[in-house]
Amino acid sequence: MNSDKVLDAKGLACPMPIVRTKKSIAELQSGQVLEVHATDKGAKNDLTAWAKSTGHELLSSNEENGVYKFWIRKA
Amino acid sequence: MTENNEKTTIVLFSGELDKAIAAFIIANGAAAYDHEVTIFFTFWGLNALRKDEQAVVKKGFLETMFAKMMPRGPNKLGLSKMNFGGMGSKMIKHVMKKHNALSLPELIELAKEQGVKLVACTMTMDLLGLQKEELMEGIEFAGVAAYLGDATDAKVNLFI
Repeated sequence: MNSDKVLDAKGLACPMPIVRTKKSIAELQSGQVLEVHATDKGAKNDLTAWAKSTGHELLSSNEENGVYKFWIRKA
Repeated sequence: MTENNEKTTIVLFSGELDKAIAAFIIANGAAAYDHEVTIFFTFWGLNALRKDEQAVVKKGFLETMFAKMMPRGPNKLGLSKMNFGGMGSKMIKHVMKKHNALSLPELIELAKEQGVKLVACTMTMDLLGLQKEELMEGIEFAGVAAYLGDATDAKVNLFI
């Protein structure tokens, strides 16, 4: 999936993946897509809940070898 | 981006490292949710706001004793369980580093950077003999009414 920006949040512990995601998405234009890579096991639920609450769209996510990837479109 | 004015408030009453860390992690998370976040520091929680170095202030005997007996700043707080005279505190800091978790001073910096409002309760500052000069820069001073003003509009209100 295409993205306008990639955020590497691998190795970061809670609450940093969410804090960094928020900062990164603030730098994007509406409609652009942020790709987030994280290794925190809570990231799946955290980013899903965060996107839902802040109005951004979680387009897709997957997990491979312990790395969680997310694609979020800015509202 | 949707501009919402959701609010979160946390009362940090406790002066232990683990509880302060929990408070600041929630505060930073809420700030990432675009909430307006207030942490209201009262009683032992005020110790998390103290400067590391000793401030030159005039105090009475009781206040001086209090100041000596309480931990001075985020680096000096002990654990609420298994502190073992400070060993536990050292151990948890080591483990946190290993797991790439932010330390309490880093969490406080991040909270400030994210615009979390840090409010010291002036009434308990008087009780514990803590003066403005002894607390870190960039904080506000207020009482229960100011806290309730924020808490009334907030959906998340925690007492730690």
